[in-house]
Amino acid sequence: MGGSKIELRTNVQGSKLTPKLIAIYAAIAVLVVGLPIYFQSTGNVFMVRIFALVGIYVILALGLNIVVGYAGLLDLGYVAFYGMGAYAGVLFGFVFQKLVGGAASPLAEYSYWALIIPATLAGAATGVMLGTPVLRLRGDYLAIVTLGFGEIVRIALTNNILELTNGAAGLPAVGQAIVPAIGQQWVRDTFSTDTFVFSKDLFWYFIIVMLCLFTIFIIRRLDNSRLGRAWVAMREDEVAAASVGINIMTTKLWAFSLGAVWGGIAGITYAYWVGFISPESFNFMESVLIVCMVVLGGMGSIPGAIIGAVIIAGLPEAIRGMAQSEVLSGILTPEQASLVGDYRFLIFGGLMVIMMAVRPQGIFPSTRRARELTSDDVIIAESNTDLWEVEHKTDTPHSL
Amino acid sequence: MHFDIAALPQQFVNGLTLGGLYALIALGYTLVYGILLMINFAHSEMFMSGAYFGLLWLNILSELSFFTQTAFGLVLLYMASILLAMVMTGLLGVLIERFAYRPLRHAPRLAPLISAIGVSLFLQNAVLLWVSSRSIPFPVKFPVLQYTVARDAAGSLHLLVVGAQEHLTDRLGEGANAILQVSTLQVMIVMTTISLLIVLDTFVSKTRMGRAMRATSQDRDAAGLMGVDINKVIALTFFIGPALGAVAGIFSGMYYGNIKYNMGFIPGIKSFTAAVIGGIGNLRGAMLGGFTLGMIEALAAGFISTGYKDVIAFMILILVLIFRPGGLLGESVVEKV
Repeated sequence: MGGSKIELRTNVQGSKLTPKLIAIYAAIAVLVVGLPIYFQSTGNVFMVRIFALVGIYVILALGLNIVVGYAGLLDLGYVAFYGMGAYAGVLFGFVFQKLVGGAASPLAEYSYWALIIPATLAGAATGVMLGTPVLRLRGDYLAIVTLGFGEIVRIALTNNILELTNGAAGLPAVGQAIVPAIGQQWVRDTFSTDTFVFSKDLFWYFIIVMLCLFTIFIIRRLDNSRLGRAWVAMREDEVAAASVGINIMTTKLWAFSLGAVWGGIAGITYAYWVGFISPESFNFMESVLIVCMVVLGGMGSIPGAIIGAVIIAGLPEAIRGMAQSEVLSGILTPEQASLVGDYRFLIFGGLMVIMMAVRPQGIFPSTRRARELTSDDVIIAESNTDLWEVEHKTDTPHSL
Repeated sequence: MHFDIAALPQQFVNGLTLGGLYALIALGYTLVYGILLMINFAHSEMFMSGAYFGLLWLNILSELSFFTQTAFGLVLLYMASILLAMVMTGLLGVLIERFAYRPLRHAPRLAPLISAIGVSLFLQNAVLLWVSSRSIPFPVKFPVLQYTVARDAAGSLHLLVVGAQEHLTDRLGEGANAILQVSTLQVMIVMTTISLLIVLDTFVSKTRMGRAMRATSQDRDAAGLMGVDINKVIALTFFIGPALGAVAGIFSGMYYGNIKYNMGFIPGIKSFTAAVIGGIGNLRGAMLGGFTLGMIEALAAGFISTGYKDVIAFMILILVLIFRPGGLLGESVVEKV
């Protein structure tokens, strides 16, 4: 096999904190905290919203990265879990309001914090429910089935299933309310000055950043765990993994439901931040975009997923947003900036094709995944395709 | 639930029409899968591009008075537009294969699928940006007649042809209702589909090139060693599939009256379902699957709920893949090392 390049490290991510790394982390931290506050102080709430939205996509991309990157299962219906989390969060919220005595009750403000775990569990339950029957399927069939599932969820929501979802008009319906989470008013009162308003969007941005950090922490731990190694083994060779005692079904199911967990968290957070959800927020294009983020950034890589989310969800919007303020107006006219927004899907589509041909490991690849995907390890790659060919030669004589 | 047995023949005809369209698209999926073992996710965009190319040629050729003055000219107009659109879509398919899929022929299985999603995203947005983001009416320049079986107010049966501008009640008086109506378009779609299916089946089973295709699908390497030009066969596959998809796209435009940049997505997934039902990689299976799915969907839309008709197709897809991944005519696939 490839030989000298492969070195064994027990702790895959155990890089030491060099001064250079510390400087990079500090710079990122300053940007992440400072920029939105700067934009808020200039009154550019649009940019603050973009930062928060990018945060939501970072959580989603990291979650999907478990499924696509670590376990190697292409999930084209990931928004189903996102939608499940959002709808479960809001619907449970209505029940919670009933229990504590109406939307005006002071306890109702706790609903986001009280419901984040139930909503997450709803996402995970959907993952297990879908995963149990379909995970036996081969990779490309699995992709199509998850796509079908995502569409079923969207159509069911649009058709007002069980009279709960209010159809295409979305939630909350007339007479219902999503109560703002506790703390929102307090920070506004405490930290606002004459010129600076600590807005709702900024408040949610910081909650989302916390959630992102939590997600990164958990996923790093997962990556180094027994389960994480089982995912990698399974992705690289399912049969070999099974033969060393990895239960393929359980391992896949864990990947699927843990991915769904982050979909659920992102869903309920989005719902309580925006205060409105409709089935159109959870369409197939969203799934494709999230897959695109993971692929572009680098499958199986945490910084990759984050960068993918920032580029795909943030960059076009940020260019559009900044062209309206004075920062970019010297370089781009607002018309040109809005063209960037219009062309983004075209560009992402082209990028996916080019990435697959030129750099399948993504911008910021995980070292292991890069070794797998590049043609340096000719021996491994060739023998694998041969195995794959043989398997189809003997078992599926296609009578066209 | 509103079960009305009298509507059954009408749903049957609608299902047959829909099934013809699905079968035409499903052939593209199944041909590519049979030869490359890959799901050509961008095939739904071939259907869409075909419709736009068809409209383009229809508009160009309508400028010539030769095509619009006589009934024969009109027939020629549509035939020429369809043929030219087939060629253009086919070439587009070959181009996509050359640049998006050929570099990935030895890559892991998910790589071409992701690339295909990229192609699909690219094509949809190319049409959205450079043609129109709204739905465009697709002209049907010849009179569409309704071949009708109807019952008049007195209860006696009539067999008649209702013209494009007339209503049934103009001919039979108040109280008449149709039992079965078949339009010129439906006849045309079903006839053309069936003849194309026969032509393709003959091509694959009888000609030298067809034999090369079958050989490639059974064992690509061995076929190459026997002197089959693999790249040519694959390019041909990527020509035929999109060309048939283009026919389906144009018919769908004529049948539903308009076309849109995202019109391919749902029919694409459904036709893939059709290919899976019949047994993916199997030509006759795709035809059978197309008509089966069309029938199921028409019945479901007529008797259960139109809102959930897409859900039913997706459920069928999931169930077939779980319980009978080989489909109706396919062999069961056993994963071995």
